[in-house]
Amino acid sequence: MTGRGLTPPQTVGPFFHGGMLQRPLNVMVAPETKGDRVRIEGHVYDGDHAPVSDAVVEFWQANAVGRYRHPADQRSMPLDQSFAGFGRTGTDEAGAFWFETIRPGPVPFPGGGTQAPHINVAVFARGLLHHLPTRLYFEDDPAVRDDPVLRTVPEVRRATLLAKRIAGGKPVYRFDIVLQGDGETVFFLI
Amino acid sequence: MARSRDPNFPPYFYEAYRSTVRRSPRQPLIAVPHTLSEITGPGPVVSSADGEDNDLTQNLGAEGEAIGERIIVTGRVLDDDGNPVPNTLVEIWQANAAGRYRHRIDQHHAPLDPNFLGFGHCRTDEQGNYQFTTVKPGAYPWENHANAWRPAHIHFSLFGSSWVSRLVTQMYFPGDPLHELDPIFNAVPTDAARDRLIGKYAHDVTKSGWALGYRFDIILRGPEGTPFEPPVPSRTAKR
Repeated sequence: MTGRGLTPPQTVGPFFHGGMLQRPLNVMVAPETKGDRVRIEGHVYDGDHAPVSDAVVEFWQANAVGRYRHPADQRSMPLDQSFAGFGRTGTDEAGAFWFETIRPGPVPFPGGGTQAPHINVAVFARGLLHHLPTRLYFEDDPAVRDDPVLRTVPEVRRATLLAKRIAGGKPVYRFDIVLQGDGETVFFLI
Repeated sequence: MARSRDPNFPPYFYEAYRSTVRRSPRQPLIAVPHTLSEITGPGPVVSSADGEDNDLTQNLGAEGEAIGERIIVTGRVLDDDGNPVPNTLVEIWQANAAGRYRHRIDQHHAPLDPNFLGFGHCRTDEQGNYQFTTVKPGAYPWENHANAWRPAHIHFSLFGSSWVSRLVTQMYFPGDPLHELDPIFNAVPTDAARDRLIGKYAHDVTKSGWALGYRFDIILRGPEGTPFEPPVPSRTAKR
């Protein structure tokens, strides 16, 4: 530790739209982006299961082959020039949000393992004095059974991290975020 | 994994700030090791986007200038080893000089300023310096408790170098009597950490005949950030 203390976080409050969402970024793909298209739809709910209509949800993910567009990822698999991996949007009156993205590839785990494809998620809202990090995995991916992070989560709570395929032709997944109470989403200390 | 939240960070549940009561998680957060998912992050990609928009006194596109006490807010963005975080996006938003946000849900009976938008962004330079010109925001009432007023503040959002660096915070102004009454400010548990949220009057930043200067440095977690041991010295852990 150094003597420098970190700047503490504060809530985004209710008035963040101009500052953070002047240009919402919930279409994360371009026509030429490589990978399987997925649409993620969800809601943010509070401890009364009331919709949180003033939340910001951010996504950060690897591309279709599991490479992050970031200098710390120096592996040799290709970047996709048409995919940044970042998304950000707000919730509406019903607490709803959506993203159009691709299914990410698997990424390595320290010590030689592999993490199942996942999207890193951050939630900001009035009433959150610090944002809440979580992860989105795909329920229909067999790799989730062996994911080293999911295995550290008590089994009864793992389902909160699994986006569920909605019946129908298009690959649409449901991922609700429950801040508190019944079905409370697992949040991570990172 | 043995990792603790920074003891200087506000808790998720802080009863005096009423919005935390039904929005804070009740289950403990689960510590995860830092993998590629955590040591990467969107900072570099979002920071490569578009140009500067760092003069809030005239960025609405109207002819005139914002009304209020013109100020310069500047500082350095550093990681917790003291290294500058260069070329990183800094986003801000704030109320106008009368304490009113240009936002559809702000019903405060105070005037909108036709020349003030209330948000902007810039990027740090190679030494981690950022700078905004704006007007000093006003205090405004809110519904948290009887006669509740938020002290003047500017919201800041930064991505830094990794997913663990992400920070949204607020800069306050020195000498504000509302500090001690504000539950959001006081949710930060220590004097030292609260003091880090207060911009300091900086006469060397003040421009003669033009604007008062404030300095607000921001320390982000670095990519390998907090060590995996609890960062609390044993003497404070006993409390």
